[in-house]
Amino acid sequence: MTNLELKKIANEVRKNIIRSVHSAKAGHPGGSLSAADIFTWLYYEELNVDPKNPKMADRDRFVLSKGHTAPGLYAVLAERGFFPKEDLLTLRHTGSYLQGHPDMKHIPGVDMSSGSLGQGLSAAVGMAAAGKYDKKDYRVYALCGDGEIQEGQIWEAAMWAGSRHLDNLVVIVDNNGLQIDGSVEEICSPYPIDQKFEAFHFHAINIDGNDFEEIRKAFLEARQTKGMPTAIIAKTIKGKGVSFMENAVGWHGKAPNDDEYKLAMEELEKAGEALCRN
Amino acid sequence: MSELKKIATRESYGNALVELGKEHEDIIVLDADLAGATKTGVFQKAFPDRHWNIGIAEANMTGIAAGLATCGKVPFLSSFAMFAAGRNYEQVRNSIGYPHLNVKIGASHAGISVGEDGATHQCLEDIALMRTIPGMVVINPSDDVEARAAVKAAYEHVGPVYLRFGRLAVPVFHDERTYQFEIGKGIVMKEGADVSIFATGLCVNEAIEAEKLLEADGIRAELINIHTIKPIDKALIVKSALKTGKVVTVEEHSVIGGLGSAVCDVLCEEAPTQVLKIGINDVYGESGPAQELICKYGLDSKSIYQKVKDFLGK
Repeated sequence: MTNLELKKIANEVRKNIIRSVHSAKAGHPGGSLSAADIFTWLYYEELNVDPKNPKMADRDRFVLSKGHTAPGLYAVLAERGFFPKEDLLTLRHTGSYLQGHPDMKHIPGVDMSSGSLGQGLSAAVGMAAAGKYDKKDYRVYALCGDGEIQEGQIWEAAMWAGSRHLDNLVVIVDNNGLQIDGSVEEICSPYPIDQKFEAFHFHAINIDGNDFEEIRKAFLEARQTKGMPTAIIAKTIKGKGVSFMENAVGWHGKAPNDDEYKLAMEELEKAGEALCRN
Repeated sequence: MSELKKIATRESYGNALVELGKEHEDIIVLDADLAGATKTGVFQKAFPDRHWNIGIAEANMTGIAAGLATCGKVPFLSSFAMFAAGRNYEQVRNSIGYPHLNVKIGASHAGISVGEDGATHQCLEDIALMRTIPGMVVINPSDDVEARAAVKAAYEHVGPVYLRFGRLAVPVFHDERTYQFEIGKGIVMKEGADVSIFATGLCVNEAIEAEKLLEADGIRAELINIHTIKPIDKALIVKSALKTGKVVTVEEHSVIGGLGSAVCDVLCEEAPTQVLKIGINDVYGESGPAQELICKYGLDSKSIYQKVKDFLGK
């Protein structure tokens, strides 16, 4: 796909995020929007998955370790055809299969239940180790938050993955710079993130995580990296695509009201139209 | 006391894993730098490529087990009960319990019989923690025969299982030739009419000895081995309680949340009965030889005998 085509899909994914979170009257738009381009890349270019056969044996695996950005994952899964897009409007509603955090038992395409921060990466490491043991060539991807990597378990997982040379594992850190209570740097700085992963025997790549050209190059480089796992530190803008949500910590875990919803959708419609004129 | 052969149930765990490993390629044993103590070292020797040491990182080991299970493996994650259930409670709940993954947790060094290491390593709360997790099976075997059968049953069961093992060598009183293990089914060791004694883990053998002392005094105790705390054998508990009208529970665990609580949960709804809970009375343990601690904390046969007599007012 061209970068333009990917941008158009990412814009649709962003609309799905806003629709679902507005319908839920709760949820996490900020970190879903920041990672929308990465979600789009993963499900349209990177992952060997089949929406018609979500449990395909040797598929690539994706673990959303920062599980609270489930609206972003659901948005791309629906866009890709894993389940009907209209179901997104049931997000967080009583009885819906679209739980507030990913539930592998009920959501087609979700490879691991997650949401309690710090735990998803370990599961991804287990999947990657199983692939190596079985001599399968599937790859495993985990998306972590930059606040999430304050959890110690992330570094337990990284230490073992590095020491076991799991080069079928890619960890993406959505470095949008904000966590619930404020700036990650002020609360408990995770920086330098790249050097930390390098110290755990990862190949680290720094990119602009909202730029498809840089995303493309980084994932290719990860594929070519042998003997060690890769960490892609993706500098992103929290709330990316909706002007009043961008870099605003208040939009970490809050749904837009009806007026804000209208405004956000208008912006995204315009962005979509602009992309079509390109 | 008994002249029976003594084996620690952690030894049974390691030996059963080796037997299972010969038949089942999908078993992966994980350990967190305690393979010598949890006795998975024998599995490591037999199947080195299927024994993975995760290092001193139990939370990560739990997540790795979950990831392996999603790929069709049957991981047995092994550590001390304090870490496997205590430190790991939330990882077990959210990464294994909630997605109902096929992970087996082999927790050794449970209870006060850890001995000299003292309170920090004597887990008295693990049954309580694990039995609150929906879908979790909780098994506390009483001797080598039962423990090895339990490990095999855990493998056959699809879903998460918590297996509790001890460090102390304990008498092997079950007869392997006739013994049958079924998850969720208690075993009547002796029928009686005056009082029901439900025991679990190493306390079953102590209760067997206590029952002999009671019998000598003319008290006919019904002794039942509850190896599976969850799902618990409701029918058997209710039937026995209705028969005797007096219930005693015995466990090497806190009286809060363990076998005693599980039995009371059943009885309060289905057959309200007076219950005496014998266990660790909401205190920490301490360092000392295991057998001395078992006596000091009132879990030995003589203490059980005396407490049952007092309870019955005899």
